[in-house]
Amino acid sequence: MERLSYKNEWFGNIKGDILSGIVVALALIPEAIAFSIIAGVDPMVGLYASFTIAVTIAFVGGRPGMISAATGAMALLFIDLVANHGLEYLLAATILTGVLQILFGVFKLARYMKFIPRSVMIGFVNALAIMIFTSQLPHFEGEGWIVFALVGLTLAIIYLFPYLTKAVPSTLVAIVAVTALSIFMNYGIRTVGDMGAITQTLPVFLLPQISLSFETLAIIFPYSIALAVVGLLESLLTASIVDDMTDSDSNKNVESRGQGIANIITGFFGGMAGCAMIGQSVINVKSGGRGRLSALVAGMFLMFLIVVLGNIVIQIPMAALAGVMIMVSISTFDWNSIRTLHLIPRTDALVMVVTVLTVVMTHNLAIGVFTGILLSAIFFVSKISNIKVDSKLEGSHRTYFVKGEMFFASVTDLLAKFDYKERVKSVDIDLSRTHVWDDSAVAAVDKIVSKFEENNIIVVVKGLNEDSTELVNKLANKLGSH
Amino acid sequence: MYKKILLATDGSEHSKRAAENALTIGKCNFDSKMEIVYVINHDKVKSDVLSNWNTAEIGDKHKSRLKDIEQMAIESGVSYETKILHGDPGPAIVEYANKNHFDVVVIGSRGLNGLQEFVLGSVSHKVAKRANCPVLIVK
Repeated sequence: MERLSYKNEWFGNIKGDILSGIVVALALIPEAIAFSIIAGVDPMVGLYASFTIAVTIAFVGGRPGMISAATGAMALLFIDLVANHGLEYLLAATILTGVLQILFGVFKLARYMKFIPRSVMIGFVNALAIMIFTSQLPHFEGEGWIVFALVGLTLAIIYLFPYLTKAVPSTLVAIVAVTALSIFMNYGIRTVGDMGAITQTLPVFLLPQISLSFETLAIIFPYSIALAVVGLLESLLTASIVDDMTDSDSNKNVESRGQGIANIITGFFGGMAGCAMIGQSVINVKSGGRGRLSALVAGMFLMFLIVVLGNIVIQIPMAALAGVMIMVSISTFDWNSIRTLHLIPRTDALVMVVTVLTVVMTHNLAIGVFTGILLSAIFFVSKISNIKVDSKLEGSHRTYFVKGEMFFASVTDLLAKFDYKERVKSVDIDLSRTHVWDDSAVAAVDKIVSKFEENNIIVVVKGLNEDSTELVNKLANKLGSH
Repeated sequence: MYKKILLATDGSEHSKRAAENALTIGKCNFDSKMEIVYVINHDKVKSDVLSNWNTAEIGDKHKSRLKDIEQMAIESGVSYETKILHGDPGPAIVEYANKNHFDVVVIGSRGLNGLQEFVLGSVSHKVAKRANCPVLIVK
């Protein structure tokens, strides 16, 4: 059964997959080049990565129809690594990223994605969009009006051409038109060729030229961890989007492992780390792509185009690529989150904004995500740490009713809510509407009991639920000894 | 006279009223058949997935939007089928209606998103303009 379905994932939709793969390849080229330039490496590094990742994922991915390649989210993470240590360290970091992602898949950690709150996910995509946008600003510095005009023209074609036909991706039409215009008019503006060489050869297997030492590991490990996390985050988000678009399910753990394998192979073939791409996957599904074949065709056709058309590719003006990247950032941003910002709980909105601001300040998506998770955890804890104590007096006997969650964050409040010096003979503490979660809570109950006993008041703790009783028995034997 | 009915729905209140009307038409003939069609809009999937990130399985969301209307159909006794389409809602409904030769299309006047309708032009308007059969737009 398994093999039959795998075969079906390949050949269930041959015509649709081939056509959509070609469309995706055309749309991938400008992005692969632009992301390489963001990272500060030769355009070939991104193009090779897009080729090897797309082809590898076609075989080992968990979500047929999803497109993976060199991405902005990843490129933004290793700008410093490339600037300080060079390309060889990037290749090593890419391989290590793959290893970490495979471990992620083997230990089935995809299910922990639910610990990433919605507001952090939205903050992540919004921060990514802002980072892609700001990464394009240097291309405008000190440039004349021609560059601005060409960027405007690129954007105009991208957004208006679909009204004529949707058969050809409008980004490609824009690139071709603006490149033709700039060659014809001979503006003398910066082109892809100025940013690095395009070699019209297939990638070859190479070991990164670095020393295998602890120092090397110490340099690349922080980058690899960040890359592994961000890559999986975007890949699993994209997988959910493709699931939704195609009404089908996918295996997130297989996808994690597949992303890892793809990054390892990419590192050895001189490519930079990548992950799934939301925009390209949406284009693929919209163009009729459903199966593994679509990703394979996208990768192969991309390489074919570079080998055949490399001479033309180097003449693409940077202005055209900047236009494409601005479009990518606009479509990456979740505009819905701005419209609903005043409707969602204020803490959620704050988490989203803090996630974005952290990324913008640190230039690191991984730090932003961790800050967001931490902040929402703190908000959650403070929300549920609200504990209430009611009491009633009957003669010289008082009963306290504790309501809420008893754990490390709520015990300080709890201790202050009892009157230990009251002139009563006995006290009941009714815990039937609370839950004892940790040893701080057990210690707190202990402390309350002993404080009452110091004042010669008889204390009975009652109403503990089953889980809490078990914990209390495990941690302390002082309770329930009456 | 209308035996083959297409009911386009997005789970909104308007589309529930459209469903009531479609079922009224359906009950006129004992052998009438209704198809309940729901369109997954590819342009909105990203924000859909993001805004439902922590909620239960996304895939079920589409089906749960159809559930109320299916229940109405079961109670009325009109035989029905459900169908999920993909793409831009207006053209997807038009294409499906014309290809399968429906006698009538029933659709709510506006859907879940008022703002988007204002900007992009309404789905019901597109369907009314381009479908080859009578279209009942329910207010």
